[in-house]
Amino acid sequence: MAATAPRLAVWKFASCDGCQLSLLDLEDDLLAVAGAVEIASFPEASRAVGPGPYDVSLVEGSITTPHDAERIQDIRRNSRILVAIGSCATAGGIQALRNFHAVKDFVSLVYAHPTYIDTLATSTPISEHVKVDHELHGCPINKRQLLELLNATLNGRKPVISPHPVCTECKRKGIVCVMVAQDLVCMGPVTHAGCGALCPRYQRGCFGCYGPSDAPNTAAFASSLDFHGLPPEASVRLFRSFAAGAPEFRDQSLAIEESAKRSTSSKAGH
Amino acid sequence: MVPLGVGDLAVMRPDELSGLLAAIQGRGYTLLGPTVRDAAIVYGEIAGADDLPIGWTDEQSPGSYRLTKRSVGTFFGYAVGPHSWKATFHRPELTLWQAERQENGGFTIHEPVPQTARVALIGVRACELAAIRIQDRVLLEGPFADPHYAARRRDVFVVAVNCTEPGATCFCASLGTGPSVGSGFDLALTEVVTDTEHFFVAEIGSSQGAEVLGEWPVDRASRSQIAEATARTQAAADRMGRSVDARDVKEVLARNLENPRWQETADRCLGCTNCTQVCPTCFCTAVHDLTDLSGRTATRVRQWDSCFTRSFSYVHGGSVRRSGMSRYRQWLTHKLSYWADEFGSLGCVGCGRCITWCPKGIDLTEEIAAIRALDQR
Repeated sequence: MAATAPRLAVWKFASCDGCQLSLLDLEDDLLAVAGAVEIASFPEASRAVGPGPYDVSLVEGSITTPHDAERIQDIRRNSRILVAIGSCATAGGIQALRNFHAVKDFVSLVYAHPTYIDTLATSTPISEHVKVDHELHGCPINKRQLLELLNATLNGRKPVISPHPVCTECKRKGIVCVMVAQDLVCMGPVTHAGCGALCPRYQRGCFGCYGPSDAPNTAAFASSLDFHGLPPEASVRLFRSFAAGAPEFRDQSLAIEESAKRSTSSKAGH
Repeated sequence: MVPLGVGDLAVMRPDELSGLLAAIQGRGYTLLGPTVRDAAIVYGEIAGADDLPIGWTDEQSPGSYRLTKRSVGTFFGYAVGPHSWKATFHRPELTLWQAERQENGGFTIHEPVPQTARVALIGVRACELAAIRIQDRVLLEGPFADPHYAARRRDVFVVAVNCTEPGATCFCASLGTGPSVGSGFDLALTEVVTDTEHFFVAEIGSSQGAEVLGEWPVDRASRSQIAEATARTQAAADRMGRSVDARDVKEVLARNLENPRWQETADRCLGCTNCTQVCPTCFCTAVHDLTDLSGRTATRVRQWDSCFTRSFSYVHGGSVRRSGMSRYRQWLTHKLSYWADEFGSLGCVGCGRCITWCPKGIDLTEEIAAIRALDQR
């Protein structure tokens, strides 16, 4: 490690830790990363926590408590570059399902003493609270993309992270479209690439864990689901999984609910 | 017996196909051909005739492809599938060069030697030969030939197949690109199955094709065998599922840039890029610069890209084609209108892949008809 090595910090908010583990999962490349940066704060890996400021902060998780809403401001102030990693940090995560309901109803169901629970009504991505320099999508993130992002940041270049739909990855790999050939429900056409088409590669439809691509036509996609006979509640669930807090998926799920309320059969237009 | 030459027609039994492919392999070619994988007939490396989709066919319609079993053991009884030969010559991902920092502050550039692959393409359809010719014009014959494409195209043996089973989304007959092959092959087979017989009529397209076929005694095709083969290809042309009126499509699209149909179609279009990527002529790419962690080595890679992505038209300050409407219009007008100004032919060969593999089933032939119906002349 050079004397002037950039200082890296890893932070956790409401999340499962899976994304920050991707850093430890870099295997051989981890040694190279550890040689190129000073890992100043990474409680998942070491109790030795160094003080800020940090050159690069990787932020995992969504904001779900008043305390976290303050903590992220501190982290932003102490970070030159802030990167939100994973579906929680970029789209609110699966816990953003609370955004569609009254959270106090859940709290009283789960906790014996709900009065001790101090939580926000919503789970929101980091970008709704502070300026975010880069986002890595996915549940969990792809470790090659994490490496590319660190690499690009250290070298002062733009990371090569495609915002295109998953379909571009399927086609480059020669994966046969599971929607067209097997009539499987696949979120690929509206979902952000980056996973290497992991699910379609194993004959499964994409379930949209990377959240929306850069220009998704979610309305047209939803009408396809309808045309293929998927009930509205199932379509809503598709848009409300790992990226339920992403505006494009959230709004489309609300639109499906709204139109299902208005009419029970809208089969017009494929 | 007089040896067979270019233009001659021979007859082969189905069990001779293995020998033919082995003879091609024996000349050092890797066989690439149709095979069943992941619920479709795809192109990949095959070991021999047994790997071909024997007895399989497909049922295609806009947005739908189904692999089904036939009652007869045909080798080529299906239409084109999700793959095209484009991936063989115009690679989806390619390293263009690497640069390495020197101690003195400069850098050296390493360009990979373009790789020649000695490949034999088995079962190439007429539309696909037309597509290869179009890509040759774009990538080889223009002012900036692509050395990687050139290397991969250099040493190729082509066993073409005349179509006798058009898919429901095919429209090559209306564009004059099929269903029977004209040129650009070493051997061209027509598979004939009657109540009592199963044979191939093999047309010799090159001296190399004649040599391969001359490795064992084959008979000339009889007049009736040739008639049987021709009748089947003709029948395929007659019952093609779709058509495009190609005579003035270039002009019609060029004068309909503000046609209301574009927006209607864009409302349905997912922007998923599938049409462009299954298209055997679409050639657009993006280049990306990567580094290693230390910053000592930089690598420039090229990947397939698509005009359906917003970033494809990104220039300083933003993307030029911001709406789905402008992106769909860009694709169709390029393909069937101003491609002709650039490269001297339409960019469409009527293979129907963009129709079948569009998850929304947007049908190019229907779009052209709709624009025509609202022609803003």
